[in-house]
Amino acid sequence: MEEIRPTYKKIHSITFGVMSPKFIKEMASAKIVTPELYDKEGYPVVGGLMDVRLGVIDPGLKCKTCGHKLKECPGHFGHIELARPVIHIKFVKEILDLLRSTCRSCGRILVPSDKIKKHVGELEKIGAELGLAERRKRVAEIMVSLKTITKCPHCKESQLKIIIEKPTTYIEDDKRLSPIEIRTRLERIPDDDLEVFGMNPKAVRPEWMVLTVLGIPPVTMRPSITLESGERSEDDLTHKLGDIVRINQRLFENINAGAPEIIIEDLWDLLQYHVTTFFDNEVAQLPPARHRSGEPLKTITARIKSKEGRIRHNLAGKRTNFSARTVISPDPKLNINEVGVPQVIAMKLTVPERLTEWNMKYLKEFIQRGAETYPGANYILRPDGKRKKITDETKEQLLEELQPGFIVERHLMNGDIALFNRQPSLHRMSMMCHRVRVLPGLTFRLNPAVCAPYNADFDGDEMNLHIPQTEEARAEAEILMEVQTQLISPRYGLSIIGCNQDAISGNYLLTRFMDIPREQAIDLLASVGITEFKKLPHKKIVSGKEVFSVIIPDNFDFDGVSRSVPSDNPDHTVKIRNGQLLSGVMDKSNLGEGSGLLLRNIHKQYGRDEMVEILGRIYRLGIEVLLKYGFTAKFADADLSEASTVQINKVIEEAYVDVNNMIKEYKEGNLELLPGRSMKETLELRILERLNKARNEAGKIIADNADQRSDTMTMVRSGARGNLINLAQMGACVGQQALRGERINKGFNRRTISAFKKDDLGPEAHGFIKSGFNKGLRPHEMFFMAMTGRDSLMDTALRTPKSGYLYRRLANALQDIKVEYDYTVRDAAGKIVQFAYGEDSMDVSKSEGGKINVKQIINSVMEK
Amino acid sequence: MSDIFKGYKDLIPESILEEVKINLPDKCSDAKVKKILEKVYQEYRQSFAEPGESVGLVGAESIGEPGTQMTLNTFHFAGVSELNVTTGLPRIIEIFDGRKTIGTGMMEVYLKKPYSEGKDIKKLAESIKESKMEDFIQEISINITNLQMTISLNKSKLEIANLKEDKIAKILEKGIKKGFKFKTKDGIIEITPTSKDEPLNEIYKLKEKIKDVYISGIKGITQVLPVKRGNEYVIVTAGSNIKDMLKHDFVDPERIISNDLYEMEKIFGVEAVRQVIINEVLKVLDTQGINIDIRHIMLVADTMTMSGTLMGINRYGIVKEKPSVLARASFETPVKHIINAALTGEVDYLNSVIENVMINQLVPVGTGLPGLVTKTK
Repeated sequence: MEEIRPTYKKIHSITFGVMSPKFIKEMASAKIVTPELYDKEGYPVVGGLMDVRLGVIDPGLKCKTCGHKLKECPGHFGHIELARPVIHIKFVKEILDLLRSTCRSCGRILVPSDKIKKHVGELEKIGAELGLAERRKRVAEIMVSLKTITKCPHCKESQLKIIIEKPTTYIEDDKRLSPIEIRTRLERIPDDDLEVFGMNPKAVRPEWMVLTVLGIPPVTMRPSITLESGERSEDDLTHKLGDIVRINQRLFENINAGAPEIIIEDLWDLLQYHVTTFFDNEVAQLPPARHRSGEPLKTITARIKSKEGRIRHNLAGKRTNFSARTVISPDPKLNINEVGVPQVIAMKLTVPERLTEWNMKYLKEFIQRGAETYPGANYILRPDGKRKKITDETKEQLLEELQPGFIVERHLMNGDIALFNRQPSLHRMSMMCHRVRVLPGLTFRLNPAVCAPYNADFDGDEMNLHIPQTEEARAEAEILMEVQTQLISPRYGLSIIGCNQDAISGNYLLTRFMDIPREQAIDLLASVGITEFKKLPHKKIVSGKEVFSVIIPDNFDFDGVSRSVPSDNPDHTVKIRNGQLLSGVMDKSNLGEGSGLLLRNIHKQYGRDEMVEILGRIYRLGIEVLLKYGFTAKFADADLSEASTVQINKVIEEAYVDVNNMIKEYKEGNLELLPGRSMKETLELRILERLNKARNEAGKIIADNADQRSDTMTMVRSGARGNLINLAQMGACVGQQALRGERINKGFNRRTISAFKKDDLGPEAHGFIKSGFNKGLRPHEMFFMAMTGRDSLMDTALRTPKSGYLYRRLANALQDIKVEYDYTVRDAAGKIVQFAYGEDSMDVSKSEGGKINVKQIINSVMEK
Repeated sequence: MSDIFKGYKDLIPESILEEVKINLPDKCSDAKVKKILEKVYQEYRQSFAEPGESVGLVGAESIGEPGTQMTLNTFHFAGVSELNVTTGLPRIIEIFDGRKTIGTGMMEVYLKKPYSEGKDIKKLAESIKESKMEDFIQEISINITNLQMTISLNKSKLEIANLKEDKIAKILEKGIKKGFKFKTKDGIIEITPTSKDEPLNEIYKLKEKIKDVYISGIKGITQVLPVKRGNEYVIVTAGSNIKDMLKHDFVDPERIISNDLYEMEKIFGVEAVRQVIINEVLKVLDTQGINIDIRHIMLVADTMTMSGTLMGINRYGIVKEKPSVLARASFETPVKHIINAALTGEVDYLNSVIENVMINQLVPVGTGLPGLVTKTK
């Protein structure tokens, strides 16, 4: 009845083992005897590889074993009797070890009886104390020690040397051991001796490693595809099994017909080859079985392993419905915890809502509107599990039969809960819960303040959206994943979401320089979403600080620093008392991502919901300021005055002189050595140091002489974007290009580029770029710059996979470490990793960077 | 007042109590102290990581995410006068791998008094450095007619190393297999082969071989740098060899530190390694300007050392020790793990995260952890 069933059965454990021939036969629902797949009518042949007893993959057919139809029948195993036993390729090494360390006649382990017990006891102890891995190690050691024993301590039979000719041939004293012989030997090994080999006689008997019966995987595991031409294309596994069955039949026939030994041997080897490649088609010594096109078959091992294999692709990673993906674009008018969803997507994604007596009318309206008009509904789920599509034809009838208990899949609406994600999902803030806001257009919209946690920009990035379908999922998403719960990064305990770019410049301009008429202030605040202007003083002209004060809470106190303002200016210290910004300027050090202490305090005092609200307002205020009063980073901002050009040229000239002096000293051998460095290294380091100093000096000249109120300068000062070096690079001098921490020393013999003389150690010959971007680079300068540019590109390209692998390893190693109810940190086995998390049990994201602000507590208590 | 503090001794970590004590105003009534401590305790309790919190994964994320921001440039000049050390991502990988051989070994050797005050510091440092014959040779000449090799030594270097030519000759005699005679003159060593057959050939071979003979100092130490730390002198070395270093009695054995995890484990034990891991990772992150809370690094270090030996974060270390077959298989070499599990008849009790993801069951961390106990009628 219910489509969402409660979990009433839970898998407790999974036991691994080797399947015995008996087990395979019992498990099998069909014996496969013919390599044929279908008869003339296209119906699966009985006893063939596509036998309907093995499950069904065609619509309409019913499984002969369980009676279910396609998709309901899980598939059933079959089996074939092998005419002659073959070695299982994955156990080759184990078989060799067993043969070598057991007696060739009596099958006992080559250890005296009294010692067996000792070994077993030792293994058990190691297993219990140090774990399975150590136990395996010890087993390997025992095996090695048995290799040299030449006489059986039990029956005194002398032992012969067994070597292996890869992949599956065992040779004893130049005589080949047939799998039959091997099997009989393995059968002789008693259960008690097996324990010394680290094998569990309950899970595996050694003779099972030599196959006499082969399990045939169900057809559902190897479905065939029907091509457009009506032809069937079989799965790789089916092909391989066909080969096995065919050769097996031929072998049977030849044995029965009494064919010569040599033919039987050949067929036997062929069967061995096919069974081997069925399990693993990448065995080193065997040519892989191929399609007619020459492409190697993908058999069982290849299906399991690697990133695209069953385990990592299908089991550890899942695919999902109810999701959407499209390009993202910014919209500062949205709230920080909102996501703008295009209407077309909102009409495809649905939320299931259960019909009750009370919402009947409400939901009927959705059905009435249908799937084509927004907000409508796409499907109705009946309690019997039937899913009905809502179309113009079915609408009337569906409305009639509607009763409580039905589920209506309605369109996505404003306020619905959605998970929003951008790859690579490197941390938990890469997937957060947002509220849906249905908008026109075709892109997802997000507030640019949440770019930082997603590491998103809008140069074509795409993001994914998921709609949770159950109440439980929605509740978890809302409580654990919503944007406001992720404001503080667990990495360093600071706010990861804050103002950026225009929002910072805007607030900086507002709080530092602006005085505006009250009407304009109200206009500004209204566009931010403020409707109550009581807090704005009643005077003709209000200051930017007063405007800003309106959007912060009334009883908020804060002390901080504005790093953008020199310390002799009263605006250097931020002072907020009772929600009034008395002094100070809002810049990156107060509002920015990963630094905003102001935000951190608001978060602590008013909670996350309030902080998101306030942050949104601050953000919008900054942008509105720029929108209303204009802001342009222009080419001329990097222009230099005549005087400063002269000054900069002088600085660079001086640096050149110094460098040339150093080179002179070097050539004379008089250069003072730095400790632990050779003469040449010292020179290089000192030149690098001197030239960087020159560039910084040039930057300083620009900082002092450039127009302080220019918009580019505003960005730099407020910390919104860019820095003085960028400005210096545009206006004056790009500076020294460094390759691997050195000047550029690569290139031709004794020089970098043929434009220079050999052995020229001067700045320009080794990558010092005297020109600025504004003026343009000279050819050799451009070349040097391209060199470092390429190097950094390469660095990024090489680093990404490396750090990705490190991350995967870390995540895999640490994923089940958690805090237990006794506040110890333990791994999956229950072993204690730490007695208290981080030695004090404190959660980084719940405290101020892992610290308790003692001073604040003392102050608050003392003040009272 | 101290009584009040005593009352909170087991409730609040010592470091926080200490901080309260320092910041407490001079005049403060007992009631207020009590109030402050109570508030501190409340805040401390509130910041606890909750049971079920997946601290491991959060730690992995916190370290893995900024990995993309680190540089790959293997070498870094930390300041002008420091040594070349592997930093950035390669160093982090090296540490977490728990490698036996590392890129650039480094030791910080603290000294006993009076050496720590700078006595003979240069000489001391120089004596530690491994020197090979090559370092002392000024010139090698071979006289073909009378079959003799003459090595003239660099006198100034000899002086620094406090060696005489006859001593070097003795070391050479020991270092080289028989067949040569050594004679010393003022700054010159003459070598003549004693064997009769093909002496010229032998002598040429020797010429190359002799350069590599170990003369003095500590093996593996390629560079030494006396540095002043605070008000004492420390010798920083490139190359690490604690064992031989400890044989010198001017070394303070309690403070010598190496960045070689394997060596630290061998000599100082696993607790020392844990601290070295934390320090080294923090050092790298510092140079890269990346901010990661120490708790995450501590957790990794604790995981690597919890078994009592150093385990790397790879398929031979921590992952190999996992109790679950499926968890191991989901990392690397799945077929191998499944086969081995079959042979021993292993049972997977589905206790950790990944197996439960595989079979679509609730994961036993976070909100998947608590169960509901109820009385049945």
